[in-house]
Formats: sequence, C-alpha cells, structure tokens
Amino acid sequence: MAQPAPKSDYQGKLHNLQKDMIGRYYDSLTAASEGRGKKAVYMMVSGNPVELIQAFDMLPVYPEVNALQLAVKKQSLPHILAAEEMGYSTDNCAYVKADVGMYFAGRKTPFATIPEPDLILCNYVGCNVYLQWFEHLAEFSKKPIYNLDVPFSRNMVSDEPSDDDVSYVVKQLEELIEICERMTGKSLDFKKLQRITELSGETGHLWSEIKKLTRERPAPFDAYFDSVMMMAPLYCLRGTEDGLWFFQEAYKEMKKRAEMREGPLPEEKFRIVIEGPPPWPYLRQFRDMFSRWGAVAIASTYSTVGGIWEFGFQHDPLRPIESMAKHMLQFNLCNRNFLQRYQQIKDYIDQWGADALVIHSVKSCRLFSAGQGDMREYFTKQLGVPTLLVESDIEDPRYFAEAQIRNRVDAFFESLEHQRMLVKK
Amino acid sequence: MIYAGGVDVGSTQTKAIVLSEERKIIGRALINTGAMVSQAAERAFREAAADAGIAAGSAAYVVGTGYGRYKVTFGNAQITEISCHARGANFLFPKTRTVIDMGGQDAKGIRVGEDGDVKDFVMNDKCAAGTGRFLSNAAETAGLTLDNMGPISLQCKKPVRLSTVCAVFVESDIMSYLAEGKTVPDILGGVHSAIAARTVALVRRVGIEPEITFTGGVSRNIGMVKALEEKLGFPVNVCDDSHFIGAIGAAIFALERALTGGVAATSGADKAAKK
Repeated sequence: MAQPAPKSDYQGKLHNLQKDMIGRYYDSLTAASEGRGKKAVYMMVSGNPVELIQAFDMLPVYPEVNALQLAVKKQSLPHILAAEEMGYSTDNCAYVKADVGMYFAGRKTPFATIPEPDLILCNYVGCNVYLQWFEHLAEFSKKPIYNLDVPFSRNMVSDEPSDDDVSYVVKQLEELIEICERMTGKSLDFKKLQRITELSGETGHLWSEIKKLTRERPAPFDAYFDSVMMMAPLYCLRGTEDGLWFFQEAYKEMKKRAEMREGPLPEEKFRIVIEGPPPWPYLRQFRDMFSRWGAVAIASTYSTVGGIWEFGFQHDPLRPIESMAKHMLQFNLCNRNFLQRYQQIKDYIDQWGADALVIHSVKSCRLFSAGQGDMREYFTKQLGVPTLLVESDIEDPRYFAEAQIRNRVDAFFESLEHQRMLVKK
Repeated sequence: MIYAGGVDVGSTQTKAIVLSEERKIIGRALINTGAMVSQAAERAFREAAADAGIAAGSAAYVVGTGYGRYKVTFGNAQITEISCHARGANFLFPKTRTVIDMGGQDAKGIRVGEDGDVKDFVMNDKCAAGTGRFLSNAAETAGLTLDNMGPISLQCKKPVRLSTVCAVFVESDIMSYLAEGKTVPDILGGVHSAIAARTVALVRRVGIEPEITFTGGVSRNIGMVKALEEKLGFPVNVCDDSHFIGAIGAAIFALERALTGGVAATSGADKAAKK
C-alpha cells in the first residue's frame, strides 16, 4: 500500500517567515517615524531603483503597499471617505484616497506608523494619477519631490529598451544620485551598489525560477493568490541579504512541493492565468470562488508589476545603473504597452499550459483597466482562449458585489466543465 | 414516471417548471420573489407541481438557478442562470446560437453551441442600466404598467432621444419630456430604443449569430421585442415560455441528472473544495 506523501508546510513556514520579515520592515518604518531610523523615501512599486536607495542606507516606503495593507486589514473605507470629504472624486484611484486619508489621520496603521517622507521619488509616470498622488504628498508634507521621467514602452519588436531611452533614464538616475548624496552627506559607494544589485539579480532570478515551477502539474502554489505573499519581500526587501534568503527558502519549499506533486488544492481541475490586481478587501472570498471549482492560477500578470524576471532579465552588478534603468523601462508590467501585455499572457497560456484567462478589472483604475474589454475579445475571439472578465476594486470595499462576481465565475467554470464533457463524449 | 424540476429565483420573480421524463413541460408557476427567498422558491415549486398534478416531493431531481439559487434549499444542485438560459433556449429553439436575456437586474448576451452549451457570455456592469428595472421605473414615471408600456410604445411616431440609460435618472428625463409636451408613445419609443441599442452593443461583444432567442421577463414586452429586432435587423425567437427559459434549462439539467444518476454536464462547484 502506498504511503501518503509527507506534507510540506509552505503556507505555514513561508507565511511565518514572510510575516516576520515584513514585520521587521514595518518596525523600521515606525522607527523612522519616531526619528530613530533611516531617511524615508516614498517610491512606487513598478520598476523602481530601490537598489540605489538601499545603497544610500535609506528606507523605501511604498504608499501602494501601505494602501493595500489597509484594504487587507479592512481599514481602507474610513480613509477613502475622509479623502472624498476633502474633495477627491468617487472615481479617483482608491489607493490614492486610502493613502491620503491615512496620511491626514496621523499616518497610523495597524501594521506601522508610516514616517513622513524625506524624499518623494516618483519613479513611474505611466500613470498620471500616480504622478499627482506623489505631487499631493509633496504638497502635504512640504518635502522635496523628484520625478523620474520614464518613457512608456513603445517597443513592439525587441524585448530590449532602446539605447536612447536607457541613457535618458541613466542621466536622471545620475541626478538622483547627486540628490541622495546631498541628503545623506555621503558619496555613492559604488561597490556597495554593485553588491546590492547582485543581491537583486539573484533574488529576481530565484523568483523567476519559483514562478517556472507552476508549469508543473499540479502547480505547487497558486501564482496569483500565493504570489502576493511573496511579492511583499520582493518589493520591501529586494537588494538585501534578508530578501535573498527569503527567496532561497521559498524556492526550496516550492521545489519540494513540485517534486511531491502537491498543489494548493486537493485536485487541480482548471489551470488559469489571472490578469489584474486582486480585490484586496475581499481577497479570501475571491480566492474561494475559484477554489470551489478546483481552479488554480498558474501564472498572473499582477505578480510582475514590480518586475518581470521570468523571461530572462536579471540585474547586472557590472552595470548597476544601466540595469536599473532597463528594469524601469521594460521589465515591469506597468510600463509595457497592451501588445506586450497580450504577448506576456499568451506566453503564460502556451508555456505554462493554461485552460483559461480570468481578468479582474479595477473600477477605480481606468488607466490599467481600460482596454481589458479588447483584451477579452482578443483572447476569446482571436485565440480561442475562454476568458472571463469580472470587476471590483483593489481598495474600495464598496465595489465588491459578491453575488454578481460569483455568478460570473460559476457560469464561466460551468461552461468550461460542460465543454470538457462534450469533448469526452 | 420520472419528474424533474427547475426553479429560477430571480431578483424580481421566481419561476418554476416541472418536466416529465419525455421532456415535456407539464407544470409552470410564476410568483414575485419578495424578501423571503427560500419560501418563494418552495412556493413556486409547489405551485408548479400542483399545475402538473403531481406531489412536489415526487420530483426525482430539482435544480435551482438565478441569484437565489442557493436558497433553493430543497433542490439537489445549483447551476447559474447563464448555463440554464442557454440550455432552455436550445430546448425551445434548437437552432439558437445567441441568447439575449433581460431580467430585473441583468442584461446578458450568451453565445450558445449546438448542444446548448455556453461558448461565451457577457453581462451588464454592476448597474441596472438597460435592465427590467429601468423599464419598470420608466413605466411608473409615465403612469403605466410593465404590461401596457410595450404595446403603447408601438404607437410611437418620433422617438425622443434619452440622455441617459441610468435606471434612476431616466425618471427625471421622462418628467422633463412630459413637461415639454412630448407624447407618452414617443417617450416610450425612445426608452425602448435606448435600451435595445445598449443591449445589442453588449451582446455584440460575444458575437451575434442567428438564431437569436430573447429570454427573461423583459421578453414579454412586445415593444422591446420590436426594438431589438429593429436594431439587430432580423427577427428574434420569443414564445409564451420565454420568461421561463431559465427554469426550463434548470429542469432539463435536473432531468438529465435524474436519468443518469446525478452525473451530467455541469456537475457544479465544491467538489474540489480547498484544503
């Protein structure tokens, strides 16, 4: 009689490791807020030069991550309402509103006290709302802002950004270095930057290797719902020894699970790709809608918002500034054009082996969501990939109509199941 | 004799159907859903069973559908109304390739395969624009009922152009047209035309292929049937049972399961429940 396979404990062990590390990161934010810590640099998740910030021993603070944490902890709505009272529109990005509301509520959250910024570094301008968000924060805090103008990807053929674009961003990073030198009173330690870039490179590589494990059947983890657990260390700790260690542990754990043929569900019935950020206020309910059907995400575009490593990019310690520029220009989801987003999803469907695509469209983010109707049509009509589009919000709990979303999800999987039965007949 | 039931608990009305083993509709019931959803489902099914002349408990299998499907507590399974409308339309009109369903809260387009399977579907946003609720608000503002607004709209000579398809703002739009002295048929012509245009644009996203079957409560409105046909450029299938198509589809799924011992297309969720 076969022995039951020993269970791995990724949800326990990795989750606890993540909680400890991110807990320490948030403690460092609180320390900074009390004047006991490093200088705080507000930054955006998408394609950022965190390596440079780490090289100056400054602390990256991500208003997006803070906003989503508020949503996860069901604390976002009062802040959103406070921002609306200030005059922010109901249609405005709810990340912005939650963050602004929280800023004026004394920057206190259940996970940390967020420090005032010492520098506001707007590293992503593909979203003009984000640009204004950071301008507002600069206005509120009266602290300096530096806008990195990162050209949006116009590249259709090659996966590499043009030399002109790279040198344009490198020049700005050189200006940023001068600013950081003035702020810290220290010159850039190039060797240190190289070591940090090396750590980032190795972290990114390991993350990409972890993501390739979901090509296995069953996928050892859910590349949407479980990836979000690994994304916080990727953003908050990239370029640190701790961050690398987390991904080494995560890789070992996931590899073991893949070898044991353990998946997140007892049975993997459907393999899906998910496009779009999750509904943070209702993450558990949203996950359950798919788990009920045995649907596992084997890839997700959201997990590449902070960087795309799985198609070959790696930070290069020999050219740290240039590789940061490339990462900002081309190797993160948000700076990519729609055709490149199509190609990325198509690669996941083909190379990871997916049955269907699910698009979660975000009501308060028109920039990222506009065009997803066309995306749905492209995948269903031109490629014959069954595609479901549902809509709620990343931050605002008022947009999550559970019965409506469940109805669409159930109908979608009923039809996939029906199609399978017809094929079998 | 094996009997099977389908109960479609919609946001406004609950429909129940009893099918015989020979796939004949032998009982129907239609009631308002109200606040007591489980009781409405039970009552509708009891009435349909009485209409069929059988005891409600003698049905071998019952499938619940619609928003209140999980409230069909006496049922054996739940299937979404999207799958059920496709199946029901295929039963009444076997050449159906597109279903346009307009209910109290939803407008849907469903692309249907030869076997009544769902190939693709789209639904309205989380907004009642273009649904039965829009029409009932419009009817109320014009001092009419849902039953007579359709025939009156057919007397329209020059339809007004509505500035909104919002189910709430339509009321102020209609009030201002009435104040301007526009006739009720012309206003209703505009109402039906606006909704038909919106619905056809929605359904085009799954691709419109004849035959088209119009289902849901709004399919009983002759004004909407004509408005849709005008926008589409060809006729749509409707019949006296169009309102019941979701419940009919549910009953067909139920009958198949009754005849195959519970294994049939769309076995439903929960089998692969999470650890």
